[in-house]
Amino acid sequence: MDLLATALPALGEAFALILQPQQLLYLTFGVLLGLSVGVFPGLGGIAGLSLVLPFIFGMDPVSGLALMVGLVAVVPTSDTFASVLMGIPGSSASQATVLDGFPLARKGEAARALAAAFISSLFGGLLGATILTFFILIARPLVLAFALPEMLAVTLLGLAMVAILAGRIALKGVAAACLGLLVGTIGEAGHGGSLRMVPESWMFAATGSTTFESYQYLADGIKLVIVGLGIFAIPEIISLLRQNQSIARGAQLGSGWAQGLRDWWANVWLSVRCSSIGVIVGVIPGLGGSVVDWIAYGHTVQTAKDRSQFGSGDIRGVIGPESSNNAKEGGGLVPTLIFGIPGSGSMAVFIGGLALLGYEAGPQLVQNNLDITYTVVWSLALANVLGAGLCIGLSGPIARLTTIRFTLLAPFLFMMIAFAAFQSRQSLGDLVALFAIGLLGIFLRRFDWSRPAFLIGFVLSTQAENFSANANQIAGFKFKQGWAEGLGYVATPIVIVIALLTVVSVYFGIRQSKQIRSEGDVATGSKRAPLIFLLALLAYVGTAWINAYSINMISDKIFPLAVASVGLLALVALLVRMMMAGEGDEIFADREASGEDAEAPHSLWGTLAWFGALLLLTSLLGFVLALALFMVAFFRVRAGLNWVWSLGLTAAGIAFICFLAGMLNRDFPPGLLQSYVNLPWPLT
Amino acid sequence: MTIKTAIVAAGFAVTATLGAAQDLDLSGKTVDYVIPFSESGGSAKWANFYAPLLSEALPGNPTVVVKYMPGAGSTKGANWFQAQTWEDTEGTVIFGTSGSTQFPYLLGDPRVRYEYSDWNVVLASGTGGVAYLPPAMAEKLDGLDASGLAGEDFIWGSQGATRLDLVPLLAWKMLGMNVEPVFGIKGRGDGRLMFERGEANVDYQTSSAYLANVTPLVENGSAVPWMTWGALDENGDIVRDPTFPDIPTFKEVCEATEGCNTSGEAWDAWKAFMIAGFPAQKMIFLPKGSPDWAVDAYTEALNKVLARDDFAEISEARLGVYPQMTGKGAKNTLTLGTQVPAEAKAFVVDWLQEDYGVSLK
Repeated sequence: MDLLATALPALGEAFALILQPQQLLYLTFGVLLGLSVGVFPGLGGIAGLSLVLPFIFGMDPVSGLALMVGLVAVVPTSDTFASVLMGIPGSSASQATVLDGFPLARKGEAARALAAAFISSLFGGLLGATILTFFILIARPLVLAFALPEMLAVTLLGLAMVAILAGRIALKGVAAACLGLLVGTIGEAGHGGSLRMVPESWMFAATGSTTFESYQYLADGIKLVIVGLGIFAIPEIISLLRQNQSIARGAQLGSGWAQGLRDWWANVWLSVRCSSIGVIVGVIPGLGGSVVDWIAYGHTVQTAKDRSQFGSGDIRGVIGPESSNNAKEGGGLVPTLIFGIPGSGSMAVFIGGLALLGYEAGPQLVQNNLDITYTVVWSLALANVLGAGLCIGLSGPIARLTTIRFTLLAPFLFMMIAFAAFQSRQSLGDLVALFAIGLLGIFLRRFDWSRPAFLIGFVLSTQAENFSANANQIAGFKFKQGWAEGLGYVATPIVIVIALLTVVSVYFGIRQSKQIRSEGDVATGSKRAPLIFLLALLAYVGTAWINAYSINMISDKIFPLAVASVGLLALVALLVRMMMAGEGDEIFADREASGEDAEAPHSLWGTLAWFGALLLLTSLLGFVLALALFMVAFFRVRAGLNWVWSLGLTAAGIAFICFLAGMLNRDFPPGLLQSYVNLPWPLT
Repeated sequence: MTIKTAIVAAGFAVTATLGAAQDLDLSGKTVDYVIPFSESGGSAKWANFYAPLLSEALPGNPTVVVKYMPGAGSTKGANWFQAQTWEDTEGTVIFGTSGSTQFPYLLGDPRVRYEYSDWNVVLASGTGGVAYLPPAMAEKLDGLDASGLAGEDFIWGSQGATRLDLVPLLAWKMLGMNVEPVFGIKGRGDGRLMFERGEANVDYQTSSAYLANVTPLVENGSAVPWMTWGALDENGDIVRDPTFPDIPTFKEVCEATEGCNTSGEAWDAWKAFMIAGFPAQKMIFLPKGSPDWAVDAYTEALNKVLARDDFAEISEARLGVYPQMTGKGAKNTLTLGTQVPAEAKAFVVDWLQEDYGVSLK
């Protein structure tokens, strides 16, 4: 009752504050901006917020908040467009949406998938805002209950989702996850700063040399944006381009957006459960939101009765993750507002924006400025309604994109992907890394190694290592004080419950994973190609093992060494099985053997060479000049358009990307040319 | 145009290119305020505070945008800035550094390819830090004397021994405390959460974070302020932090504690790195080769910012009550913050190697 007595008046006050024409206008502006930025993969909330930050200073607080919250709240809504329509994970929040959303688009049901996603987002967002309203007053002790052992437990629960997404052969899933974890350890270790998979001698190379640049790039590790784009987007785009079709097979559109709304209603309880997962995971600081959609997806699959359609277009596979990712934003505001600790990069920028308005995030904000806090909550709710409403309205017309011949779309997608990847670190290394990871993604897809398992491993790598090392250190400290102290720290009820959930997930996951084709059926073929790929993986994991072994500091070597050991065991076991099995065994899965890829009119390497050429030209001429050449050549040669159309489309593409970069105040990758000649922007 | 005016115009053009004093005019231009960090974190906050104010104060009111160039512990951005020249940028690029940029420079990190003395400082912003304890540990203090803590076991969340956390780490050591640092946390906020959860039993925060997030803990009795790192007076001596005049400094605590000396190589090293990390924490630079008139124009613009009627009000919550120095003051701070006696450096390098196995070749 006490709670209501505090909350209700402040809630009413906040409602009055936000429902002013000026504030609503700013909110709408924020929503529109958030939607526009969110559509582009890899940009997301940080880019959008940085765009408005210069104008926040001096604004009236409620307007400023409405603008910022409106923007942040709808990014996980609009990033769904890229996930469903193009198979490109729009942001880390909608990686899992790709698994079923994109197959639905290929069936011509993009509008249905989008509408179901948006209504789920709306519901999740509203639930998140509702919970935030009351939870924010009592959350402090609950959030504090999540210490390092608890966070480690949640991380392991996330890793357990590998079991269900492992694919037909569980060992391949394990190996893929280990590979993801290992790629996540590249660079400077969090604890002692030892270099992993980067030769120390590179650090001493001359300024400006390629080696030193590579060192500077790799020392910080490879960023999630690059891995997400490389593992999912590039393989899909290349595959579609080879088939020379539209995304929707036969350019036919099936059921529309109204069906999507009905689908959501039929699975409303699923949506409730996944939203709750989103709020809970969002509330825990330090965990980050990138795992929440996978946990939601895993939950969706495990609780479904008929699992045969997952991975080839089950609408529930869209509803689950999308319900969770907007709910996460509401949950994520709890630690952001009451502890001043951002749950994600965009929340960190949001705290900076709050400071520009004269408020410091922290316990004082909730105690002394409850009305301001609730303004945030109301803005969140309103922004979700506005954003989802707009998106549902747009989903029908936008779904028509899937009927366009893909050859005409591809250059624009390459442009967007390369630009987005470059935003990660603004180094040419971004493009090299994108190409390398893209190549890996193409082979993982071709030989049916679980790409979701790889991605989950990568996403959780840093936190799995840090949480386990830190929890271990503190537990050792507590056990020194006494057994009761130590056990009280490690074996809390929360840890035990999450650990049980993890065990149950793994057990059922392994039993069920045989029925789940998270990426559709794959034919089998001859032995040679799959064997060569396996040996290549073995070589990498072996090198990583040796590299980890040679590190001096125990704290920096133990994690990569352990993961590489497990990975080696899994790969060797697979190798043995390959030697025993005969041709046609499922272990020799190969998309080039038969099926869509094998029958495609264009070859893999020829198609990939186009993308490679864009990157190579960029390193010579800089991005904009390279892009112009690439697009004209592509439209003329590959798409067979006449000169007028080729030049026109190229000009449109260049104009668009320059507008975007100009608005966001971003640069383009420079090439060799730019180091000799000073060119005006955007050619720099 | 008559011949006469043409000659006069040509004459002006010649004097201008000869590099005589000019007026900096940035109208219609965009100034990139580059920081070698990501969008989250203290430096981003600091840069975003100054950017709009600078935009109003600079001649021609250019748009000032903060650009983020994170990487390799901020050395990547600093190496990039080292390659910038006045001729190429003409006042449209300024660079904001932090203690994290100075520490690798001071420690002789091989990744450092930049030289502070090449650059032109136009602003130096200080901050402070406050250490605090749980009540049970604070009870063991005898006034200023901290020898009661010597027998206790401490655990502390730290970002790494070569970062700003070097300053408190050395302070704990000098007081004879047995502190086990848990390395690898992401920010000081995470360290504070560990303290609140009872996983850590000692912590420190920089001033603004302390004001916003630790003061409530002090009020409800779950944390006790212990000491500040102090501030510098005009003579370069350590005095009480003006933001926290009631909290003693580490210098006072050290003097009152047996075994801790405010002279000798440990103290000199601590003081040198404390100055680099706190009172001289953040600075704005123009690239190498910048002419004096451009440095003066920036200095004047920053003076205008500092002289704003509302500056005290808007800066207090975001920067704390600390000197924001331009001109000579900034140059002195730069010297204090980037020059460490060779013995002090050697002491720290040996200590890091011995206690934490961190090698800085």
